[in-house]
Amino acid sequence: MTTTDEIATATAAAPVPAAQEFFTPRGTGWRWVRELPLVPLAILVPFILIAILANFIAPYDPTEPIPGAKIFEPPFWMQGGSTRALLGTDFQARDVLSRLIFGARVSLIVGVVGTIVAGSLGTALGILSGYLGGWVDQLIMRVTDAWLALPALVFAIFLATVVGPSMWNIIIILGLVYWTRYTRVIRGEVLSLREREFVKLAEIAGGSRTRIILRHILPNVMNSAMVLASLTIGVVIIAEASLSFLGIGVPAPQPAWGSMLSDGRSMMMVGDWWLTVFPGLCILLVVLATQLLGDWLRVRLDPQLRNM
Amino acid sequence: MSGNTFRSAPAMLRRKIGWVKAVDGVNFAIHPAETLGLIGESGCGKTTTSKLILLQEIPTGGTIRYDGEEVCGLKGPELMRYRREVQVVFQDPYSSLSPRMRVGDIIAEPLEIHTDLSREARRQRVAEVLEMVGLSPEVARLFPHEFSGGQRQRIAIARALATDTRLIVLDEPVSALDVSIRAQIMNQLEQLQQSLAVSYLFIGHDLATVAHISHRIAVMYLGQIVELAHSLELCAKPLHPYTQALFTAALPSHPDQRHEKLAVTGEVPSALDPPSGCRFHPRCPHAMPRCAREAPLRKEVAPYHAVACHLY
Amino acid sequence: MAQLLRVSDLRTHYFSFGGARVVKAVDGISFTLNEGETIGLVGESGCGKTTTCLSVVGLLPPAARIVGGGIEFAGEELTTKRPREMRRIRGRRIAMILQDPMASLNPLFSIYTQVAEPAFYHLGTRGRSLRQRVQELLRAVRISSPTVRMREYPHQMSGGMRQRVVGAIAMAGGPKLIIADEPTTNLDVTIQAQYLDVLKEIQQASGVALIFVTHNLGIVAKMCDKMAVMYAGKIVEQGAVRDLFRAAKHPYTQALLGSMPKLGTKEPLYAIPGQPPNLAQLPSGCAFHPRCARAMTQCQTQQPDDRRIAENWVAKCWLVDHQAKEQYVSAIA
Repeated sequence: MTTTDEIATATAAAPVPAAQEFFTPRGTGWRWVRELPLVPLAILVPFILIAILANFIAPYDPTEPIPGAKIFEPPFWMQGGSTRALLGTDFQARDVLSRLIFGARVSLIVGVVGTIVAGSLGTALGILSGYLGGWVDQLIMRVTDAWLALPALVFAIFLATVVGPSMWNIIIILGLVYWTRYTRVIRGEVLSLREREFVKLAEIAGGSRTRIILRHILPNVMNSAMVLASLTIGVVIIAEASLSFLGIGVPAPQPAWGSMLSDGRSMMMVGDWWLTVFPGLCILLVVLATQLLGDWLRVRLDPQLRNM
Repeated sequence: MSGNTFRSAPAMLRRKIGWVKAVDGVNFAIHPAETLGLIGESGCGKTTTSKLILLQEIPTGGTIRYDGEEVCGLKGPELMRYRREVQVVFQDPYSSLSPRMRVGDIIAEPLEIHTDLSREARRQRVAEVLEMVGLSPEVARLFPHEFSGGQRQRIAIARALATDTRLIVLDEPVSALDVSIRAQIMNQLEQLQQSLAVSYLFIGHDLATVAHISHRIAVMYLGQIVELAHSLELCAKPLHPYTQALFTAALPSHPDQRHEKLAVTGEVPSALDPPSGCRFHPRCPHAMPRCAREAPLRKEVAPYHAVACHLY
Repeated sequence: MAQLLRVSDLRTHYFSFGGARVVKAVDGISFTLNEGETIGLVGESGCGKTTTCLSVVGLLPPAARIVGGGIEFAGEELTTKRPREMRRIRGRRIAMILQDPMASLNPLFSIYTQVAEPAFYHLGTRGRSLRQRVQELLRAVRISSPTVRMREYPHQMSGGMRQRVVGAIAMAGGPKLIIADEPTTNLDVTIQAQYLDVLKEIQQASGVALIFVTHNLGIVAKMCDKMAVMYAGKIVEQGAVRDLFRAAKHPYTQALLGSMPKLGTKEPLYAIPGQPPNLAQLPSGCAFHPRCARAMTQCQTQQPDDRRIAENWVAKCWLVDHQAKEQYVSAIA
C-alpha cells in the first residue's frame, strides 16, 4: 500500500546530500568535476604528467653532460645561451631542464608515497588508539608524544645517515617521521565516532572489533585522512628537498630539486642564477599547489575540520 | 510457556562522587509477540534499562534471563545467539545508519555476522525484509543520506529484522520523526508484530504513543518501576500518583477535554542522591509519613495491574 | 479586541546558488491576530512556520527575503522598516521564545543580567526598580526564591527552569506579542505541562498575544484559540480550534488529527502516505494532492485558493466547494 508511494517519492524527490562525499556514490554523476579547484590542479596535473612521461619529454639524459656544451651555460634567452639547453647547464654541463623534469619524478614520488606511508601508519595507530582505548591508547599516545618531541628533520637526518640514502629509504624515513600528525587527529575523530549510534548498532549486532573498525570506523575517517594527506604532501616534499640539499637525500647523480639547489648555491654569488631559481620555483609551485588543494578539500569535505 | 524474562535488580553505575543508582530494583518480563512499553521522564532509567538488555552495560546485581537462561556473562555461541535474536532501533534516524555503507550492506550486516548465507541468499533476505517494511528492494543500492527520516527508520527496522529476531528494543523510535510519518511507522511496527510474532520493548516519553502500541506499560521513576499494567487498564485507572501526574500532564487530544491542574510540582531529583523511602514522596500530593521511611514494594492490586505505593 | 497583527499574502523565498534555486518557504499566507489571542501555527518540518515567524520579527537569514505581502503590527507596516527601527520593536513590542533554552541563554552571564537586559535597553529601567522588575518577572514564571536564583547562571538550572527564564526575558520588555517557536519540544512531559500553565497565566495577567508554533496538535488543543495549519509554505486551513478539531475540512488537517494517538483507545492511526514535500520541487496544483485520499483531477492542475466555510474559517481545498454544493443540493431537494 505504501510501497509505490515510498519509491515514487524516494527516487523522484531530489536527494539532498548531507555533507559532500569524497567517494561519491555512483548515482550522482560527474557534476562534481565542475567544482574542482582550477589553480592547484592547473599546476599539479602538468607536473604529474611531466614526471610520468619524463623519459619521453626530457631532451637529454639528466645524469650525462650534453655533448658539446659548455658548463654554466645560461638559459636560451640570455647572452651565451642557446636553444640546445633551454634552461642552461650546470657545473657538469648537464641540461638543467632535463634534470628538473626527472627531479619532478623524485619529488612527487617521495612526496606521495612518503605521505601514504605516514598516513597509513598514523591512521592505523590513531584508529587503534581511539577505538581500543585502555592501555593500547595510552601506549600509542605516549609514543606519539615522544616522537613529536624529536625535531623532525634532525631525526630524518639521523636515520638517513644510519641507513644510507636511497630513494626508498628516504620514503620510509619520511613516513616514519611524519606519521604523528595523523594519529592525534584521527584518534580524536574515532573517539567521537565510537559513540555514534551506527557503531553501537554494529556492536549490538555482535560485530567483532575488526569488523567494526574496517567497515564502520575506517571509511568514516577517510575524509579527514585525505585532507590531512593533501596538507602534508607539501611538507614531505620540502623535507625531501631539504635532505637532498644537505646531501643525504637521493644520491647523486640522480637529479633532485633539493640537490640542484645545493649544487647551484655557490654560483649564485657570481650571477648564475638559473641553477637555483628554477628548482626553487618548482618546489614552490608544487608545494603551493598541494596546500591549495588541501585547503579546498578541507572546506569541501568536512565541516568539522574547517577550524583546524 | 517459554517467554523472555528480564529481571534485573540493582544496577549501579559507578561515578567518582558516589553511586548513581540509575536502575534500582527493576523487575519486569516480556512475553513473546508482546509489546511492553516503558515510559518515564529524563533520569528515570529507561535508557539504562535498554542498555542493560542490550548488554552494553553490566548490571551490578540481579539477573537478566532470556528464554529462561541468564544473559550476563554469556560468551561465544550463546552470546552470538542472543545478539542475533535481540536487536535495537534507536531514536535518531540520522545517525543510526552508517553513512558510507549502502543500505543493502547495512541491512545485511547482521546476516554476515551471524550466518554463513551466500551473497545471493543474503541479497534475497535483504529484499524480503525491505518489502516487509514497505520499501522497494531496489533501494538496497542507495546510501542512507538519500532517504528521509521516516524511511531511514524503516531501514533501521528492516535491519533489526534481518536475522530471526525475537525481541526488538525500540528506543524512542518515532520521537524524531514528523507527525505524519509517525503513524506510518507505528502501524508498520504493529503489522510486523502480527505477522512475525516479534516482541517489542517500546521506550518513549509520550504517553499516548506508548499506550497505543503497547500491550502492557511499565512506568518508571528515578530508576524504579512504580506501576505496571495492561495498557487500557492503566489508561482507565492509573493508580500511582506519578502515573496520575503523567496523565494529567499529557496533552489533550481535543480542546473540549477537561484538564485538571497538575498537582505535582518541582523537578525530578538527581539520581545521585535519591530521596529516602519512596522516591516520589517529596513531590507526591498524597505523601504520608510512612512514605519517607519505607520504600513501598510492588503489589498486584488488580489482575495484571501492579503498583508500588503505600496508598494500596 | 483590537487587531494586533495582520499578515497579508506574505511571501518569503530563499535564494541559493546565486539565485538559481528559489525555495518558496512561505508562499502567500494571511492571518490575523487580535490582542490577547493565541494562534497556533501548526505544521511539520519544512512547512514554513519558522520562516513565517522570522519574517515577522525581521530576523531572516541572509539567503532569505520577503518578496511580497505585508505584515501590519499595531498599525505599522513591518516589511518596510529599517533595521534600526526593527531593533526597537524586537524585544520591546514583539518577543520570541525559541526551542532550545540552552542555546537561547548566554552561559557567561547571570540570570539577572539576561532577564534585565530588555527592560534596561528598551524601557530604560535602572537600579532598584530594575531589580524589582526582574524579581517580579521571575516570580511570574513561577521560579521560587527569585532573589537567590537571579544570581545564578544558566548551567546551574534545569531545562524546564531555563525555558521559564527565557519566558521571563521575553516578558521583560513588556511586549504585546510573543512568538513561541516549539518551546516545549525538549522538555519532559510534566515539565511541559507546568510550562504551558505558566504561559497561560502570563497571558491572562498581561494580555499579551501569543503565536505558538508547533507540530503537536495536543498543545494547540490546550493553549490556542485559533489555529492555522501550514503545508508546503501555505496555510491550508485556519479557523477556531474547536471548529477544526470537531470538523476539519481540509484533508491534511483531518489526516493530522487522525494520526494522533489518543489516550485510552487503540483505534488504528490514520497514516498519511508519502513524505512531506521537497519545497524546491513542489507538485503541480495543490501541493498535498499526491498524499490526499480524496484528490480529484482538479487538484492536480489547479492550486486552490481560500474557500470560505464560515466566518473566520477558510480552507484551501476544492472539496469545500463540492461539499457546499452537495449541501445546497440536498437542501433544495
